[in-house]
Amino acid sequence: MTGELEGPAPEERPTPEGKRNSQGIRVDPEVEAEREPRRTVISALVEHEPGVLSDVSGLFSRRQFNIESLTVGPTEDEERARMTIVVEEPDPGIEQVEKQLRKLVPVISVRELPSDAMRRELALIKVNATRPDQVAAVADMYDAKSVDASPETATVEITGSRQKIDAAIESFGQFGIREISRTGPTALARGTEDTAASAQTAEQTSRHQPTQTQTTSDDD
Amino acid sequence: MSERAAPVTHHEAQDSESTDVDADSSPDAELETDATPVTTGAESVVRALENAGVEYAFGVQGGAIMPVYDVLYGSEITHVTMAHEQGAAHAADAYGVVAGEPGVCLATSGPGATNLVTGIADADMDSDPMLALTGQVPTEFVGNDAFQETDTTGVTKPVTKDNTFSTDADAVGDDVGEAFALASTGRPGPTLVDLPKDVTNGETDREPGEPRTPDTYEVQEAADPEIVRAAARRIEEAKKPVMLVGGGVIKGDATEEVREFAIEHEIPVVTTMPGLGAFPEDHELSMEMAGMHGTGYANMAITHCDTLIGVGTRFDDRLTGGIETFAPEAEVIHVDIDPAEISKNIHAEYPLVGDAATVVSQLAEEVDSSPQATKWRAQCQQWKSDYSMAYEAPEDEPVKPQFVVEAIDEATSDRAIVTTGVGQHQMWACQYWTFTEPRTWVSSHGLGAMGYGLPAAIGARLAADDDQEVICFDGDGSFLMTIQELAVAVRENMDITVAVLNNEYIGMVRQWQDAFFEGRHAASEYGWCPEFDKLAEAFGARGFRIDDYDDVAETIEAALAYDGPSVIDVHIDPREDVYPMVPSGGDNGQFALTEDQL
Ligand SMILES: Cc1ncc(C[n+]2csc(CCOP(=O)(O)OP(=O)(O)O)c2C)c(N)n1
Ligand SMILES: [Mg+2]
Repeated sequence: MTGELEGPAPEERPTPEGKRNSQGIRVDPEVEAEREPRRTVISALVEHEPGVLSDVSGLFSRRQFNIESLTVGPTEDEERARMTIVVEEPDPGIEQVEKQLRKLVPVISVRELPSDAMRRELALIKVNATRPDQVAAVADMYDAKSVDASPETATVEITGSRQKIDAAIESFGQFGIREISRTGPTALARGTEDTAASAQTAEQTSRHQPTQTQTTSDDD
Repeated sequence: MSERAAPVTHHEAQDSESTDVDADSSPDAELETDATPVTTGAESVVRALENAGVEYAFGVQGGAIMPVYDVLYGSEITHVTMAHEQGAAHAADAYGVVAGEPGVCLATSGPGATNLVTGIADADMDSDPMLALTGQVPTEFVGNDAFQETDTTGVTKPVTKDNTFSTDADAVGDDVGEAFALASTGRPGPTLVDLPKDVTNGETDREPGEPRTPDTYEVQEAADPEIVRAAARRIEEAKKPVMLVGGGVIKGDATEEVREFAIEHEIPVVTTMPGLGAFPEDHELSMEMAGMHGTGYANMAITHCDTLIGVGTRFDDRLTGGIETFAPEAEVIHVDIDPAEISKNIHAEYPLVGDAATVVSQLAEEVDSSPQATKWRAQCQQWKSDYSMAYEAPEDEPVKPQFVVEAIDEATSDRAIVTTGVGQHQMWACQYWTFTEPRTWVSSHGLGAMGYGLPAAIGARLAADDDQEVICFDGDGSFLMTIQELAVAVRENMDITVAVLNNEYIGMVRQWQDAFFEGRHAASEYGWCPEFDKLAEAFGARGFRIDDYDDVAETIEAALAYDGPSVIDVHIDPREDVYPMVPSGGDNGQFALTEDQL
């Protein structure tokens, strides 16, 4: 080996006292706290065109964002679709998710929804129909609708919060669950607040405060 | 922090060109290319390129792209046929770096498109403006695994700023115009339009408009004035300020603003690797490049500063080393046009989203008094002498690569352009060439793609002024990856000089093996290398060879004097290593000057 240089060796050099955590934030070396992950809902308004879903899912896998669910569907404007994405990340990660989504050209606006936003999931639960009356009673308890019945099976549809659906599935368990299909949540902001509308509005409301609208459901 | 977005000013969409000219002219009259109404998708594609002011395109022919080539044939755009599509992409990329306008490359479907991918990924990592146009099998075959069908938009999605699968002959011209505009608006990057053959062959009379970005695409030009004010106060109070200047300063044409600001307030300047040339390295305030193979003094300055003004940098890991020890005492002011870069790797106390030139001007306006940093500047100068980059070059030993870099630097003008491959030679070029002008350093930074140097020199040559020399420092390994492009340089009689810093090693890998793998040279020793000077001659270029110091000055002079492509095979000290070095994830302040310090 040649090419070595002269100068004070590493141990002869002054070293600074400070330190950053792995998120690049300067920290007190004694405390060294890192932000914990939290689960949140991000809503994105996107161009309704082929490829957007793969753009978004590709982004999540490429950047190793921790995504729990993603639902997508049309909106009142036929050229636009809305995606509702549940992520679990520490705060700097959530901010990155929003910023990286915004960078995708077909993504129009992005917003983290306030915790009081309306969120609904849908589940189809197919159980054994040996005790149809009891199935109906449990369905009643959870506001579930019967959508199919055969001599051997009963299928109910239930919407609500994740917790409600989890609880329902547990109750239906007694009949013997044959199959379940669940969606992730779809969500809207409450009242007059825009969920994720034009880029302008979304930017202005991106540092949102939960609104004072009355919560009118048992679900959240 | 405010993230309000101000809309970009894009060119007003212009109506399609008047057809009057055409109507007046008799069939025998000379056809004004750009006044002929378009009749096919392919004509619309080429018209869009002409509207965008494209002068050159780089590519390779093939079935699915033939309709576009057929129209290019009669257009004013000069097409350079490259030996390999990777070469086409790198040439277009380098053209974009030097010209500041998207470079254009073309390829056919399937293998043509996949061969482009390395070059596209390179442009993506380095935020270089580039437009790739790929042929595709006719729409009716798409999805059927047709001959030379590859899901090009799928393959390139993660490595493009945006890509589009064109489906409509009426819209294809505007798709191309939009992709061109997107490539250079805001944070630049590569865009791609995939062109099915039935779309380019399809009939249309739709004239594409001027290239413009979609209405929903917004770029913030000026930073939040409140944060600018707060940052200005911080700068005024700084005791140990440093400016960290990245490639965004060059891409954003902000070098004047940055130079004025740093000099006015006497703030030491460190650059990233893509930032080379943004600030004159012969200026007293320059600490040169920081990071893995940056200078000791740059890394000391970064490590000990109390205020870090980062402009147009993404705080890449080769710059920061371990995050925990990166500028651990510094409050960070981060100027970037891409909001997603702010606080991605390093938390910014003062996030300033906007165009580099605009935001630095905002800062210049707000900062009322220079930081009181006399002691700090003296410390920086002290580090410059403590950790000098001086090397020994005993006359009776093999030639030192550093010496060759310096000799060529001296023999060329300040505006000479340097391109490189990837490896040790690239680092020596960074360290020992004195960069003073923006857009003179053209390298594969983020992707680190061996083989970049020669095709990049070809692209740079076409974008450069005639009086700018184009020098490619290559490695023996890197050169072999794209050497076939010499045929292009000869055919087009391009005045470029390739200096192969030949150590007959995959040198950078050999250095790491010596340091971290107990000297086991697994697949890093060639044992045999072609004679590059003779190979050059076989291609029709001029070949030279340097074996010892006596040959250096004369050979360089002869190679530079030759008006056409020349290759100097420089047999350097094969054992030479690159120092200083911060190992991956290491502490910048603890850079090693020798192998046993690693
Ligand atoms: C396409 C590609 N393949 C592999 C590598 C890994 N790599 C990095 S440097 C290097 C050695 C390059 O050898 P050479 O071009 O001779 O340069 P030297 O380090 O000897 O100056 C290799 C193999 C790379 N950067 N790019
Ligand atoms: Mg080598």
